[in-house]
Amino acid sequence: MSLDIDQVKHVARLARIELGPGEAEDALAKLNGIFGLVEQMQAVDTSGVEPMSHPQELYQRLRDDVVTETDQRDAFQRVAPATEAGLYLVPRVIE
Amino acid sequence: MLNASLQELASALADRRISSVELTRSALDRIAAENPRLNAFVHVDEEGALAAAAAADARLAAGEAGPLTGIPLAHKDVFCTAGMPTTCASKMLANFVSPYDAHVVAQLKKAGTVLVGKTNMDEFAMGSSNESSHFGATRNPWDLARVPGGSSGGSAAAVAAGMVPVATGTDTGGSVRQPASFCGVTGIKPTYGVVSRYGMIAYASSLDQGGVLGRSAADCAPVLSAMAGFDPRDSTSLERAAEDFGRDLDKPIDGLRIGLPREYFGAGMDDDVRAAVDAALDTYRKLGATTVDIELPNSKLAIPAYYVIAPAEASSNLSRYDGVRYGHRAADYADLADMYCKSRAEGFGSEVKRRILVGTYVLSHGYYDAYYLQAQKLRRLIAEDFRRAFERCDVIAGPTAPTTAFELGSKCDDPVQMYLGDIYTVAINLAGLPAVSLPAGFGNGGLPVGLQLVGDYFAEARLLNTAHRFQQATEWHKARPAGAGDDEGSPT
Amino acid sequence: MSQADWEVVIGLEVHAQLTTASKIFSGASIAFGAEPNVQASAVDIALPGVLPVLNRGAVDRAIRFGLATGARIAPRSVFARKNYFYPDLPKGYQISQYELPVVAGGDIAIRVGDGDQAYEKSVRLTRAHLEEDAGKSLHEDFHGMSGIDLNRAGTPLLEIVSEPDMRSSAEAVAYAKALHTLVRWIDICDGNMQEGSFRCDANVSVRRRGEQAFGTRREIKNLNSFRFLQQAIDYEVRWQIELLEDGGSVHQATVLFDPDSGETRMMRSKEDAHDYRYFPDPDLLPLAIDGEWIDRVRASMPELPAELALRLQRTHGLSAYDALTLTSSRELARYYLDTVDAAGGELAKLCANWVMGEFSARLNKAEIGVADAPLAPTRLAGLIRRIADNTISNNIGKKVFDALWNGEAASADAIIAAQGLKQVTDAGAIEALVEGVLAANQKSVDEFRAGKEKALNALVGQVMKASRGKANPSQVNELLRRKLTN
Ligand SMILES: [Mg+2]
Ligand SMILES: [Zn+2]
Repeated sequence: MSLDIDQVKHVARLARIELGPGEAEDALAKLNGIFGLVEQMQAVDTSGVEPMSHPQELYQRLRDDVVTETDQRDAFQRVAPATEAGLYLVPRVIE
Repeated sequence: MLNASLQELASALADRRISSVELTRSALDRIAAENPRLNAFVHVDEEGALAAAAAADARLAAGEAGPLTGIPLAHKDVFCTAGMPTTCASKMLANFVSPYDAHVVAQLKKAGTVLVGKTNMDEFAMGSSNESSHFGATRNPWDLARVPGGSSGGSAAAVAAGMVPVATGTDTGGSVRQPASFCGVTGIKPTYGVVSRYGMIAYASSLDQGGVLGRSAADCAPVLSAMAGFDPRDSTSLERAAEDFGRDLDKPIDGLRIGLPREYFGAGMDDDVRAAVDAALDTYRKLGATTVDIELPNSKLAIPAYYVIAPAEASSNLSRYDGVRYGHRAADYADLADMYCKSRAEGFGSEVKRRILVGTYVLSHGYYDAYYLQAQKLRRLIAEDFRRAFERCDVIAGPTAPTTAFELGSKCDDPVQMYLGDIYTVAINLAGLPAVSLPAGFGNGGLPVGLQLVGDYFAEARLLNTAHRFQQATEWHKARPAGAGDDEGSPT
Repeated sequence: MSQADWEVVIGLEVHAQLTTASKIFSGASIAFGAEPNVQASAVDIALPGVLPVLNRGAVDRAIRFGLATGARIAPRSVFARKNYFYPDLPKGYQISQYELPVVAGGDIAIRVGDGDQAYEKSVRLTRAHLEEDAGKSLHEDFHGMSGIDLNRAGTPLLEIVSEPDMRSSAEAVAYAKALHTLVRWIDICDGNMQEGSFRCDANVSVRRRGEQAFGTRREIKNLNSFRFLQQAIDYEVRWQIELLEDGGSVHQATVLFDPDSGETRMMRSKEDAHDYRYFPDPDLLPLAIDGEWIDRVRASMPELPAELALRLQRTHGLSAYDALTLTSSRELARYYLDTVDAAGGELAKLCANWVMGEFSARLNKAEIGVADAPLAPTRLAGLIRRIADNTISNNIGKKVFDALWNGEAASADAIIAAQGLKQVTDAGAIEALVEGVLAANQKSVDEFRAGKEKALNALVGQVMKASRGKANPSQVNELLRRKLTN
């Protein structure tokens, strides 16, 4: 299986990454190389095998419902690109 | 003095034959001298380090010191350090200063270590050569034309060049072990869940694990003991009692069964690597260990499975870098969507973007089952291989990498060739097992060769013991690249 | 064709904010109304390196919901990432549940309409899953930009998804109200719709009667009042039917309801074909819920509204409608039960009338909740007892109620005594009044005798007036009738 240029552009759009002139073509070539490698997986019959999403096959630990955090807005917003009145500013959000 | 073992340094500090400030000063001097050619550090905190050293000296004077008090060290720049840049070697975070310390950083601070700076790495830990760093490639101290390996290449080079005695790293598919191998140092990646991932910037969450690089197994042990341990802030951190991973260092290893996977000794391994690994196995036999042939039949599927699972998780983990709350924001954009697309296009380097695209694709509608789910099923088959193997042996040994350090730029344009170099390491992360790479000799051009030892879950102490016995019998780990061994000798 | 030729199919997705103290994956507070971003912790703003840890309290509440609806509680459920970019979603993904939700199945009984038209039905639940809420975008003008407040990000939500079992906006509203009652009853959600604690999304489609396949649905997002829910569905149904009758076809879409125009419109931010790329969150292992945990939660459950409503019908002799009304909130039901306790079980029906009537009307007028009513159930019971034993009439009772509500005295008896409101039941005294009224109203007397029944009411009114309301109305009625027909 190999990708086409429209798929690469679609995936880049989903991932919110702009591809400049020529970048989509370069990405296509490299992605097809990688998928050539990955394709070996398809030859293996895995029917009946449970997927393993984690090395620890345990259940998750929970925390008690307690408020432990205090206001650190100033410290957090020191590294923000744009803020005003305690809000993060972004180009207008359209619903 | 920077070539002394941690134990020697600790006793010199305890006996006041040297102060932490002096030790730290000499580390800083060495960094100042070596970093221009190696580019192992992306940030050096001279002022903070000297202050921490002075504080350590006070504790030493007060008799409150532990085994790591006053020891200078460096963190891979994937660990968040409060008040200090934390960049992941990415333009995206080039100006990011973390408001908090990673668990590992806090633990090692508590143990009294002196943080001298942050080491270079592959951008967001994605790479095997350190060439994808936004701050330029790190160079291998053994041969400046060659890569140090990656992604913890800065830490490996820093230790190899004697800039610091130990440094932290992270290992998602071999990122501690492979650079350790390329730079001739010892590196350990523990069982998944032993080291908290809190504050360790995520690449692939189900594979990432913090580790240590040092000159020897004996040097790695106390650092791992200090940085490991239960952390309630990481839901996958294991609730295990604190452990002294160095407790079995000196145990004899006669009768130890070393499994040799047929698949790790076939075609693909360079001859010079094979020769060094074979010689190391002979040493083990002389030390009383026996070797048994084992099979890991699904080994060849580890790279395909890894290069689906890791990018899938990465594509999601790196979505938070959108230029809204921190990180790079493009200067010019038409609207919100354009701001996202441009900020991410500008902030990420090409390997990171490539993996995000691969990961996005394999999770997307219509492809999930064929790629992501299939990879997870293979992951189980691979983990099962190891489970069966450990019924027949105590540790598994083989090469860490199929080659010694390759030339800078030689694989940059061919991701597939780069990925294939991870053949012996990625399966261990898929299974979540602990593993060590230790210097096993030299190949062509005088380049270090690493031997990988893989243990069963929670066998860190045994792995360090197995490595340590080898290091007591050999001198490979003491060899220093030219220019790094000037002050070799015992502590003053 | 007309609307009658079409069948409406509605399914609801409700997002209920849970009443925990802290967020679902962080230790930040979820209290409403704080200054922007002061309750947005490192985890909530998704700083590099932070990790989620699940709040046990959120799971407790999901279990309560599962038990209350007869659902299956999954012994093993999985958290997944739902990936999409939006500035109020700091990680670029929402942690939610996808393939294996914590609660599956169950149902909610609803009662639709009133009087003879009323009917009951059961709405099946598909699932209920735990997830995190997003932050908020504020669109006031910040130099043409939007402001992002992440205080709400990470607030625990239970998303409750129904089967497409509803066939009218009235059924949808009845379901939403029943669910609203239930989540407050079992104390897992405060139900405050203005603050967004309980938000409805409606999936609406239409099909020609008799057709088997569902039509294409459109999803109306974020309806935060029952009235808007009804208006939005009614508009959407008309719109879809018109479109189809004009030969058009409905395309799957996400729409918003504009209360000002009463219309729905496509959401621009959702125009992009979305592909959420769900996968199990590698930061979170599966969630286990064992029988012991479920038993512990079960032991803490209150009697459920449906159970209580049945009990009120059986043992208090209330109608289905009265029982449903009195169990519309736990506070109201408690108030009613306390009133009956104090008044005596034989007066249950009278208590129900007063609680649903005068008491509820006063609460509405004052715009306060049961908890803030200035009238304790024991005092209302004191009043009801005096009506029942004929000390006062129902009408005088309203006067006494006013006085009690306004705090003029501590008991009905005190007010009756102070204002001389005791009912006149003395036959001689009533007869004297009746004689007087008959003598003074010959016209009404003649009309009644000519067969005009209504004229009697006028005469009763005159006697009551003469007694200043204190005469026993049934005695007056009886006496008048006897005198007029003799
Ligand atoms: Mg609320
Ligand atoms: Zn939802």
